[in-house]
Amino acid sequence: MIKAPTPAFRSRAEIVQLAPLASAAVTDPGHSNPMIAISGLYKSYGRLEVLKGCDLVVDRGEVVVICGPSGSGKSTLIKCVNGLDPFDRGSLAVDGVAVGDRVSDMTRLRARIGMVFQHFELYPHLTILQNICLAQVHVLKRGKGDAQAKARALLARVGLSDKEGAYPAQLSGGQQQRVAIARALAMDPVAMLFDEPTSALDPEMIGEVLAVMLELARDGMTMIVVTHEMGFARKAADRVVFMDRGAIVETAPTQQFFDAPRAERARLFLSRILSH
Amino acid sequence: MTAAGLDFSVIQRALPFLLEGLALSFFLTAVAMLGGVVLGLALAVVRLSRWKVAAILAAGYVNGFRAIPLVLVIFWFYFLVPLALGHSMGALQSVIIAFILFEAAYYSEIFRAGLKSIRPGQWQAAYASGLGYFQTLRFVILPQALRYMLPLMITQAVVLFQDTSLVYVISLRDFMTSASIVANRDNRLIETYLFAALVYFIICAIGAASAKMLSAPGRAA
Repeated sequence: MIKAPTPAFRSRAEIVQLAPLASAAVTDPGHSNPMIAISGLYKSYGRLEVLKGCDLVVDRGEVVVICGPSGSGKSTLIKCVNGLDPFDRGSLAVDGVAVGDRVSDMTRLRARIGMVFQHFELYPHLTILQNICLAQVHVLKRGKGDAQAKARALLARVGLSDKEGAYPAQLSGGQQQRVAIARALAMDPVAMLFDEPTSALDPEMIGEVLAVMLELARDGMTMIVVTHEMGFARKAADRVVFMDRGAIVETAPTQQFFDAPRAERARLFLSRILSH
Repeated sequence: MTAAGLDFSVIQRALPFLLEGLALSFFLTAVAMLGGVVLGLALAVVRLSRWKVAAILAAGYVNGFRAIPLVLVIFWFYFLVPLALGHSMGALQSVIIAFILFEAAYYSEIFRAGLKSIRPGQWQAAYASGLGYFQTLRFVILPQALRYMLPLMITQAVVLFQDTSLVYVISLRDFMTSASIVANRDNRLIETYLFAALVYFIICAIGAASAKMLSAPGRAA
């Protein structure tokens, strides 16, 4: 399933190439209306500094893959984007709205950003259909009928229509993760965040989840994906970001990242991960 | 009905009187459990919250009440609170308040353990979908925690039911006190106390059995 980049993708890649550094890109005319703009983000857990001034701009419809060794701050960075992890310093805007640290802002923001977790985090006491409807009903205040119709449409899209009455424990890991994606999409998000979505899966189930994500990427969803699946990065990503020790070491258009990573640490990481 | 010099007809004759006492025991258990659960949940939520000062106060409350015997709390509310208020508040009212405040400390610990038994990812997933704190608690966390907590709550209710016998110290007539009165009045101590033990045993055994059933693995969600 090797995909030819669509024209839209190619043009975005060109824009990115025009902007050599993400920090400079904040003021770049090519990024006048980004979906996610992260600038100078710092975050510490006690004395441990996990983010050391990260800059990242993600355009509408762009797919960015973040990779790097464990403990490099990848998950923390995307959890800052929807406020699950509050940051210490820096600025963050989603869809033009600055993200402050006030609780009310965060709640409103989170409803507009879908998130998929490493361990799925479906609600075990609710059926698949109820899982997908809960936030639709209680956050978006959709009627039950509308919410269920939406849920069923999304279940069909991830190929799990026959599972709506099942409980999460009755599904395989891959199926659970597809439900988790459907649950996030039910909120009509402006962007989707994936935190190592295939890391907890058995190898034979990774493909089905990546296929759903690939389709989502092709449909033009703005996505930030933390993953070690370099095959997915090659197929779906417009840009690859390499993080190490709390800093963004390299950000490059996908092709360029794989062919000629500039940073030594990225080169090392790539050679190690691709030799497996 | 005499066997080995025992005469159990005393139970039959005193049954209405004993049932009255049993009713008070059940009433106190129900009210203390209800009030204790509500207040206990609030205490647990505050204790796990980010409000440091409130959390410390809640912890102090829970540890304080758990460090003193229930009978002392009953005394306090019966003798000291009227002094503070300047007027008497009635034995039943004072004992209800004492029981609720005391039980809340124990239910709070059950809730705290229950809430902490749910992995953080469930909170994150709910927050990530835009649900607020109390919505997450109500729709995601508590339903899961309840499964873990229900057996503990029933066990606590069994202890509470036994503890209602302590109201004799302020002359309220619960089941145990009624039995005691009958035993002394009719001079049938052995028969009456055997019967009382049997009643406590049956009620508590039912409670313990249901707690065990609820905690059995493989129970439908």
